[in-house]
Amino acid sequence: MSLIRFQNISRRYQMGGETVHALRDVSLEIQRGEYVAIMGPSGSGKSTMMNLIGCLDTATSGRYELNGTNVSEMDDNQLAEVRNREIGFVFQTFNLLPRSNALHNVELPLIYAGIPAAERRKIALAAISQVGLADRMHHKPNELSGGQRQRVAVARALVNKPSILLADEPTGNLDSKTGAEIMALFEDLSRAGNTIIVVTHEEDIARQSRRIIRLRDGLIASDEKLAESRESRVEGQKAKADERMAQALDSSAP
Amino acid sequence: MNALTELKEGLSISWAAIRANKMRSVLTTLGIVIGIVTVTLMGTAIEGLNLAFLKSISSLGADVFYVSRFSWVNTTHEDWHRQQKRRLIRLADIEALASQLTQAAAVAPTAEDDATLKYKNRSSSGVTILGTTEAYLLTSGVGVSQGRFLSVPDAAGGRPVCVIGSEVATNLFRQEPPLGAHIKIGNQTMEVIGVMEKRGSFLGMFSLDNRVIIPLKQFTTAIWSNPDIGIEVKARGLVQLDEAREELRQVMRRVRHLEPNQPDDFAINQQDQFVEMFNRVAGTIAVIGLFVTGLSLFVGGIGIMNIMFVSVAERTREIGIRKAIGAKRRTILLQFLMEAACICLIGGLIALAIAWPLTLVVQRFLPATMSLTVVGIALLVSLVTGVVSGFLPAWRAARMNPVDALRSE
Repeated sequence: MSLIRFQNISRRYQMGGETVHALRDVSLEIQRGEYVAIMGPSGSGKSTMMNLIGCLDTATSGRYELNGTNVSEMDDNQLAEVRNREIGFVFQTFNLLPRSNALHNVELPLIYAGIPAAERRKIALAAISQVGLADRMHHKPNELSGGQRQRVAVARALVNKPSILLADEPTGNLDSKTGAEIMALFEDLSRAGNTIIVVTHEEDIARQSRRIIRLRDGLIASDEKLAESRESRVEGQKAKADERMAQALDSSAP
Repeated sequence: MNALTELKEGLSISWAAIRANKMRSVLTTLGIVIGIVTVTLMGTAIEGLNLAFLKSISSLGADVFYVSRFSWVNTTHEDWHRQQKRRLIRLADIEALASQLTQAAAVAPTAEDDATLKYKNRSSSGVTILGTTEAYLLTSGVGVSQGRFLSVPDAAGGRPVCVIGSEVATNLFRQEPPLGAHIKIGNQTMEVIGVMEKRGSFLGMFSLDNRVIIPLKQFTTAIWSNPDIGIEVKARGLVQLDEAREELRQVMRRVRHLEPNQPDDFAINQQDQFVEMFNRVAGTIAVIGLFVTGLSLFVGGIGIMNIMFVSVAERTREIGIRKAIGAKRRTILLQFLMEAACICLIGGLIALAIAWPLTLVVQRFLPATMSLTVVGIALLVSLVTGVVSGFLPAWRAARMNPVDALRSE
């Protein structure tokens, strides 16, 4: 069963008497554990697609199954529950609550999930340690660097063990070094089995995923599977070399 | 998310928001503070007025009829004018009445006038002289603190004796013992045989202690020969009050020789009428007073609503984040409602802290106390104000579309 299943999804907006077709009859499947990049120029519909996948918005027509449940006909409150349970968001502008410290920001999804305070704290602590910010958890967002803020956001996104990590231009507000750190974090998460969807317009960010879906004018222009990520290709080559070596050793053995 | 966590989280968010905008919160709260202070003071004053009235009215017995030419409750000037033309009630009428009534425990005639008292070189003017009989002790329920009240022979023989009020005793005698002293009332010298207990004033209008009671026969010779006499009739009990009243009316008509088709030329007054009249007046005062002070609270509420709209607009992005993370409509609604309710509750508490010393000032004029009921109502009203005026902004926040909210700057 696919984790995400778009069937003939369309999304239209009314803008000053004009109808904008943001997505036109798009069908798409994404499996559990995939690492997908959604690309396209502005106005191509990639933000709309992200909003739809993330259950922030509903389609004008078509059917969306997330994890086996039809979410296309859910109301506001049901969608909120699905977002809480299934989706972890990482935004370009981090979107942390400015008045709350890092730990409380990470705790927030657990609060809305109704987890008791003591347990909540434990889980949030684990999540914030996982992104390497245990020593800065009592700092407010404005006391953290951009990279640290994005790490807090990633910890918050993962704390509820969602089905999908949905990132919208996650490195857009970061310098290239911190951006690379975040992408390395994503790589680790992907290896650990998380499903990751990154919306981006940067080719080299997209290249780090395993599959690139390109949108143009509300349609899927291409859907390209990359063999493996760069690092895994390197590792893969190393593994192959090891294998050849082993075979060579094997065959040379008497 | 269970209700308790939701409340706790909502409370901490609201508190943080209030603290983050200190100046704004203080100014907004001020509106509520003023509103609650005025409403509380008005409530306290009204309660005080009622207490003062009840205290005064207790000098009128509940089981006593006050028969007079005049009704206590005159609606028009014409009524009063007509009553003015009625025949005086005479002593003979009262004697006949007393002998015919079966349901009366006591019948006392009363005639009043103001006079000047003299004792040695001291004098006291404007003292009420009340001419009556020994029965007045029963109908009025006055107590005697020194000496005795008028006796049957005193009244029947019209002896020159008097019972003085506590205020008269202090004014005229200072430290001297009044009993046995001779005072001059008008031109007549009378012996003081008793001093009455302190009774206070009637509705704050006149003192019940600045009076002298003398036998009615002495009154008609010394003060006023042809007075307008009233009658106080004490019923045997509270149970047959209506029967007693009807009997009194019939006997009174007979004594006054009224034809069956003639209307009563006297009025039977009761404490009830006074209470009724007071309640009407006090009710009107309360409604108008609370309406006017309520207006200031209403203005305060509008202030809260305004600032909550600002707060929601400012935090649109925060609302978007919370919704994206899984906050439901109800959660957001509650969060903003609680913020408004918190501001108002704090305002209510501050208002009570201000109103309390002010109540002590009011206490100089009225027996007013800030009762727990008033405190409870004030807090409830401020809470309700918060919830009502916070609802619209909170509802707007709760219904926000997360995509648009997240996009806002």
